[in-house]
Amino acid sequence: MAEKTVPATREETAPREATRAQEQHIAPPVDIFEDKEGLVVVADMPGVESADLDVHVENDVLTLEAKTKHELPGEPYYREFQLVNFFRQFQLSDEVDVDHISAELKNGVLTLHLPKSEAAKPKRIQVRTQ
Amino acid sequence: MATYNPFGDIEVLRREIDRTFEDFWGGRQPRSWRVAFLPGQASRRYPLVNLYEDKDNFFVEALAPGIDPDSLELTVDNGVLTISGEKKEPQDVAEEAYHRSERAAGKFARRVELSGTVDVDTVKADYKNGVLMITLPKAPEAKPRQISVSTR
Repeated sequence: MAEKTVPATREETAPREATRAQEQHIAPPVDIFEDKEGLVVVADMPGVESADLDVHVENDVLTLEAKTKHELPGEPYYREFQLVNFFRQFQLSDEVDVDHISAELKNGVLTLHLPKSEAAKPKRIQVRTQ
Repeated sequence: MATYNPFGDIEVLRREIDRTFEDFWGGRQPRSWRVAFLPGQASRRYPLVNLYEDKDNFFVEALAPGIDPDSLELTVDNGVLTISGEKKEPQDVAEEAYHRSERAAGKFARRVELSGTVDVDTVKADYKNGVLMITLPKAPEAKPRQISVSTR
C-alpha cells in the first residue's frame, strides 16, 4: 500500500488545494499492518471530533481528512503545539474490498479496517493422491 | 506532533530517508531506531504541553492521543505537575505484519513547573479526543490582588 504523500503529489491528487486559501495541515503518523481479514491502518489524530473527520475512497485513493478546533481556555504563556488540520492519502491496491471499510475513532486515534476482497483471500488447494 | 511544521518539505525528506533505512533493515527498523513519537531514551519531550493562565486557574494542555485514561497518572507537588502514563502498541501484531510503523509506544513521564502554587484538592483533568486538559485552580496567595490606593 503505497503512500501518496501530500506535498509530493499535491497537483495530482489534491488539485483543489491550489484553488483554496492555504490551510495548515499535517500528515498524521500511521501504523499499517496486516491481520487475517486484511489491512489495519491506525492514525494518531488528536483533537479531532468524529463529526469533523472525513474518510473516503475515490479511484482507489484513501483520503483521511480532519479539521480541528483549538479552543484556548485562557491566556497562553508557553506553547509547544497547535492543533491543526490533518490530511493524508494512500493508494489502495484493488485487493481491498472498498465497500466494507470500517472506521473507529477513539481517544484521538483513528483505526481503519480494510478487508481483503474475496478474490484476494488465500485459498486452500486440495491435494489429491492417486 | 500536531504542531504545524513550516518545514513540511524537510519532514517529507526525513520520511524518505527513514524509509530508505527501513528497506535497509528489511522492512522494519530495529526498535531503538524508530522515530521517537515517544520517550524512553528519546530526546523528544512527551507529551507536548501548552500552558495557559487566567485570573483563577492554570491550564495545562497535553497532546497524548491513544492513551487509556486509566493509565494516566497526575500528581501535583509544590507547584510541579507530573504527567505519566503509558501508550500501548496495537496488540498481537507480529513484527513482520507491519507495512509501516510511524507511531511509537511506551511509558512516559513529564514534569511541568507551574508559576505559582495550586489548590491541590480542586485540580480537574479532562481527556477528550486524545488531548488532556488539566485545570489547576490557583491557591489564594497566587491570585493577583488588586491593591487600592488611598488618597489623602
